[in-house]
Amino acid sequence: MMAKAPPSPLVRLTKIDKQFASGTLALGGLSLELGENEFVSLLGPSGCGKSTALRLIAGLSTPSRGSIEWRADGADRLSPDGLRGMELGFVFQEPTLMPWRTVFGNVYLPLRLKGMRKAAARPIVMAALDRVGLTGFENAYPRQLSGGMKMRVSIARASVTQPRLMLMDEPFAALDEITRFKLNNDLLDLWAAQRLSLVFVTHSVFESVYLSSRIVVMAARPGRVVADIPIDAPYPRDEAFRTSETYNQYCRIVSAALKQAMGEAVPEADPVRERASVG
Amino acid sequence: MSDNPPDKSGEAPAGGFGLSTGRLLRLMMPILVGVIALLAWEAFVRIEEVPVYILPGPLRIAQKLVQEWGSLSDSLLVTLRITALALISAVVIGGGLAILFTQSKWIEASFFPYAVILQVTPIVAIAPLILIYVRNTEVALLICAWIVAFFPILSNTTLGLNSVDDNFLDLMRLYRARRFQVLWYLRLPGAMPYFFGGLKIAGGLSLIGAVVAEFTAGTAAGGSGLAYRILESSYRLDIPKVYAALFLLSASGILIFMLFSGLAHLFLHKWHESASRRER
Repeated sequence: MMAKAPPSPLVRLTKIDKQFASGTLALGGLSLELGENEFVSLLGPSGCGKSTALRLIAGLSTPSRGSIEWRADGADRLSPDGLRGMELGFVFQEPTLMPWRTVFGNVYLPLRLKGMRKAAARPIVMAALDRVGLTGFENAYPRQLSGGMKMRVSIARASVTQPRLMLMDEPFAALDEITRFKLNNDLLDLWAAQRLSLVFVTHSVFESVYLSSRIVVMAARPGRVVADIPIDAPYPRDEAFRTSETYNQYCRIVSAALKQAMGEAVPEADPVRERASVG
Repeated sequence: MSDNPPDKSGEAPAGGFGLSTGRLLRLMMPILVGVIALLAWEAFVRIEEVPVYILPGPLRIAQKLVQEWGSLSDSLLVTLRITALALISAVVIGGGLAILFTQSKWIEASFFPYAVILQVTPIVAIAPLILIYVRNTEVALLICAWIVAFFPILSNTTLGLNSVDDNFLDLMRLYRARRFQVLWYLRLPGAMPYFFGGLKIAGGLSLIGAVVAEFTAGTAAGGSGLAYRILESSYRLDIPKVYAALFLLSASGILIFMLFSGLAHLFLHKWHESASRRER
């Protein structure tokens, strides 16, 4: 019996340049492959284009130069229009919940947009809510929820269509540390249970080491990959991992890579403006 | 997974309808002020023996209201009918135009300035022309009232439909939502608070528009609304009846405002800050 060839990656970005209308070169020659079941963190200083890269992967933005290929669900090779046949989940930095819809209504929305009736969608929505621990809150309105719970609703919405690839743009940046740790663990559970591939944008070394199977360190001006570090610690990971020697070692390695990435960047006068245009 | 238990109590109607002392006071104080003012008015008229054709007392006005209820209520209905029709057409045309505007920037850019021109031209100045061009007086009055009422609805709704967070638009794109889905699931519900704000203003304005148009039409056009009653009564120096008609107009205006405030609360209180109170 012949060994099966390893599956092609889910997404491949090749020599991507992204220039905004303002002239800012957000990404310059970015190449990246994302494989199945990976938990990849994009880590880098503000303005390194990590959010831009995420938006490109989601198809919310188009590259100025270079190519992106996706592997459509059920397909076995990459194609430039593979995105059309691919189920994606996206979690924004803000929970981005419609205030006029209940928790149920918000999670139901992606299915509703696909034309699914409420009765048929109900069990799927309820299962998605259950996965993030929000059973019993389906009739609440977003304004009644805490920040952490809003983010859970947002994650439930992203996972309700059963995507293989989930993209998250600094989802926990605005949360307090206790909530953040809790959500980190729950996200790992979700990732394992759903056999997701995850791309996670963050600027926290500690968060990325804790979560990721692989960390892609990016540098700014122009945004590009400077290090690609696999984190070879076994899953499931729990709080014990946070205090382990392996964890500390990886944190040191990643910190060093990040420091180098930031040192390479030409220090420019106005980082705030840069962030606003690149974000 | 149970971080940060949410406010379950938030599901109970905030404040409720029970009258707390504070609420009762808030309700009673303006009534008290009104009663004192009316008493003072009545006392002033009696002590100074002001002739009825200059300033009638509130009692005299109330009496007149009852006496002349037949003709006054007929006029009230005529005015309210025009007000309601003007408002309905303002909602349909103003709201419809707003939706059209958000579908194409070009349409908005081409037509919005004319809507503004319509708005800034004083209605009293156009009303005589409209009354000349439109044979049917009722239709002419309706058009006048509509012109004043439709702009707040158009501009507020347009603003609301355009005030959509970029992330929501990204979300819709991500799920490949079609144009009407973006409108139906995102823009329209998001615009509701703005729309209701416009409706509250337009309700009062359509009443004013109707009255202004009736005044311009005057007695000649054979109108029969409240404004016509006021004109007719003032020609006859029947000042109590002028006041009685005036009272009906104000009362209608207040009722219209309360109606739409209530409607806005009904639709928005579950989710929008403007219509819900912070829990303490």
